[in-house]
Amino acid sequence: MKPNSSKTALAAALGLTIGVAASLPAVAQMPQKGGVLEFVVAGESPSKDGHRETTYATIHPYAPMYSLLIRVNPENPQSSDFVCDLCVGGVPEPTENGTKYTFKLRSGVKFHDGQPLTSADVKATYDKIIFPPEGVKSARKTFFKMVDSVSAPDAETIVFKLKFPSGAFMPALATPYNWIYSKKDMETHGYAWHSNNVNGSGPFMFVEHQPGAFVEAKRNPNYHHEGQPYLDGFKAIVAKKMSVRIQSIRGNRAAIEFRGFPPKARDDLVAALGDKLTVQESDWNCVLLATPNQKRKPFDDPRVRRALSLAVDRWEGSQYLSKIAIVKAVGGVVFPGHPLAASPSELESLAGYGRDIEANRAEARRLLKEAGAENLVIDYNNRDVDQPYKVVGTWLIDQWKQIGVTAKQTVRPTPQFYATLRNSKEFDVSIDFNCQSVVNPIADVTKFLGSAGNNYGSYEDPELEAIYDKLLRAESVDEQKKLMREYEKRALDEMSHLIVSLWWYKINPHRSYVKGWKIAPSHYLNQQLDNVWLDKSLM
Amino acid sequence: MYQYIVKRMLLMIPTLLGAALLVFFLLRLLPGDVCEVRLAGTGMYVDDEMINQCRDELGINDPLSKQFIDFVGGYFTGDLGNSMWTGQPILHEIGIRFQLSLQLAIMATVVAIAIAIPLGIISAVKQNTWIDYAVRTFSIAGIAIPSFWLGIMIILGILVVSQNLFGEGWMPPINYVSPLEDPLGNLAQLIWPAVATGYRYSAVATRMTRSALLEVLHEDYVRTARAKGLVEKVVINRHALKNALLPVVTIIAIEFAFLIGGLVVTEQVFNLNGIGKLFVDSVGNQDFVLTQQLVMLVVLVFVMTNLVVDVFYAWLDPRIRYS
Repeated sequence: MKPNSSKTALAAALGLTIGVAASLPAVAQMPQKGGVLEFVVAGESPSKDGHRETTYATIHPYAPMYSLLIRVNPENPQSSDFVCDLCVGGVPEPTENGTKYTFKLRSGVKFHDGQPLTSADVKATYDKIIFPPEGVKSARKTFFKMVDSVSAPDAETIVFKLKFPSGAFMPALATPYNWIYSKKDMETHGYAWHSNNVNGSGPFMFVEHQPGAFVEAKRNPNYHHEGQPYLDGFKAIVAKKMSVRIQSIRGNRAAIEFRGFPPKARDDLVAALGDKLTVQESDWNCVLLATPNQKRKPFDDPRVRRALSLAVDRWEGSQYLSKIAIVKAVGGVVFPGHPLAASPSELESLAGYGRDIEANRAEARRLLKEAGAENLVIDYNNRDVDQPYKVVGTWLIDQWKQIGVTAKQTVRPTPQFYATLRNSKEFDVSIDFNCQSVVNPIADVTKFLGSAGNNYGSYEDPELEAIYDKLLRAESVDEQKKLMREYEKRALDEMSHLIVSLWWYKINPHRSYVKGWKIAPSHYLNQQLDNVWLDKSLM
Repeated sequence: MYQYIVKRMLLMIPTLLGAALLVFFLLRLLPGDVCEVRLAGTGMYVDDEMINQCRDELGINDPLSKQFIDFVGGYFTGDLGNSMWTGQPILHEIGIRFQLSLQLAIMATVVAIAIAIPLGIISAVKQNTWIDYAVRTFSIAGIAIPSFWLGIMIILGILVVSQNLFGEGWMPPINYVSPLEDPLGNLAQLIWPAVATGYRYSAVATRMTRSALLEVLHEDYVRTARAKGLVEKVVINRHALKNALLPVVTIIAIEFAFLIGGLVVTEQVFNLNGIGKLFVDSVGNQDFVLTQQLVMLVVLVFVMTNLVVDVFYAWLDPRIRYS
């Protein structure tokens, strides 16, 4: 598994991993075999089909049962390195002016039922994801707009032909939901078969799913990465209540939860368990936003939206909110720390990012007066989820109060929240978020486009679309960076289409006997668990 | 009696039909649907075409009349439909959780009766003594303390005490095991929610037992029994208590029916995969099909429990005859 060396430079910049309570050994330990990892999952997957689902609750229990063509480096998931899973050697460089990628596959890989895995299976899988037949759901076909065709010239070769070169292709390919299915399974049982059945080639084999309770899996003895997996199996226990998940780690009913806990839970667990607990922390590729509804007055006026952004003291907010909520980093449209992200000085030039908050707010009040929107009252839509929606959402109310804007908050359960956001659109400003898996800024920033299916601001901005079109086709990092600044300036400053509050912060306290798992900047990544092992001396 | 039972069972039909109409239309008044929660709930890009395709598949776009006929017709064909969230048959979804909820309801009822009847009797017999005051304080606390809070305190208490005693915290299992497979493991998991729920449940029953017994103890036939020279134990147990139990039985039965589907928060606190948790999940997911079947299950349990209680009345009090 050779990392893609051109991207290793990102590693240091992306995120932060800290061992808090336990002192991590300076030298690498030899993994021990055996044991069953029990972990808690805060949600339950609607189905077992990664191609149609979008929740981490599908990834955590089922990703370890499947293989990917390429994946984020499990030994360094903070980086943007991609390594081969089913392919061999390093991930290939493109040919034909960046429009052709040729992968050589491992030989001898088998599905859990004994079928050999060939390029026909990889082609059938990606055909289903990228060009789903009518009536077949594929949640990520839009990630592959640049793909023209997928072909399998021989049993061990798979070729992707692109319509145009794109830096967004490889990250899309490494998306952790792109599980390789057997062509025979799809042909024999139909495309819906994987909703309720599992036949992968991953490190673990499906044993049992008890709805509402757990998913159990055992070691795949024929796994293609030699010597792995180390665990005998795992049990993913559904525990929707956060107090249960926290106490289950404290009471050793579960060793880890992969999504993330708030700072207070971390502190309580550290106090209770001391060196029996290890904490890994990282910036998180999720950002909490406030979306003004531009179909409503006066939010069609950029001055009003700009004023709302100017009122927010992100720098101080980061300092205090990071003590109580799962947010921390101040950033623009791109995941902080990524080479395409704005530098602090570039950020400070954007509306609402300047360090002098009093000057920002004076400007905000002036803009509101100029727009005739003094003493503005906002109908504010929020989601009935504490972390981080209600916590940060309530903080925003106070920030806007500083410029004389009153927000009347309606907190709605998730179904009603989305019904308001997508259908009735009965809101002036709504809490919103952008949460992605592989750090892929060129794809991730589509959220800010008025044309995006997950943008709820009801606006059209051809200029922003044009910048994005150029960005999508930009080949050099320098060109991408320049265009990204233009895009960011347009989206957050000139038009203030969306108001970025703070980026999320991922905190994973776990039992110290869990080894090998490394925190990624997303709760979707690095969940195949093939390199995870249990240190029996600490159990 | 036989005629009465048949008549009551026939009366259940309009009751169930009314409940079906109410739950069907009320659910559809709620904004949003399962497809939006499932596809847009993670914030990922989703186009309207995909959401509509999902709605077509699940029958959400069908006319309401067709949806209602499918819902009610299922009771005649034995096909209650599939969960809109998981795609699994409703009977399967409910079946795997019903065992736990039923066991927990029975255990909580046993705990409640074991506390309520003796304490209620003692409190009535020792009226206005310190014992009576202590029992009343205990029962008022039971009503005042929410069972979910008590549940959290129980879990934390066990964790803290076990950590202090043994160096490693212990908490009840968070996975259900059948009592037939592992009786001790099953007990270790369910005894705590049974105590948390049973205590609140017992508080109501204790107060009802006390007041009903106090009323009966002043009746003429009790005075007569005492005048006959019967010992107090026989007077209380044979003459007073049996007659005082009528309202207590009603309370216990209604609470039992409530426990089958109403342990919403307690099941969450103890991570029990029961009917109450399924209820919350189905409402949260806008899974109309599952929610309406769960409501109908609870309605059926209530109606049947009331029928059983009425029949039980006749056994307790021979003066009651349903003709």
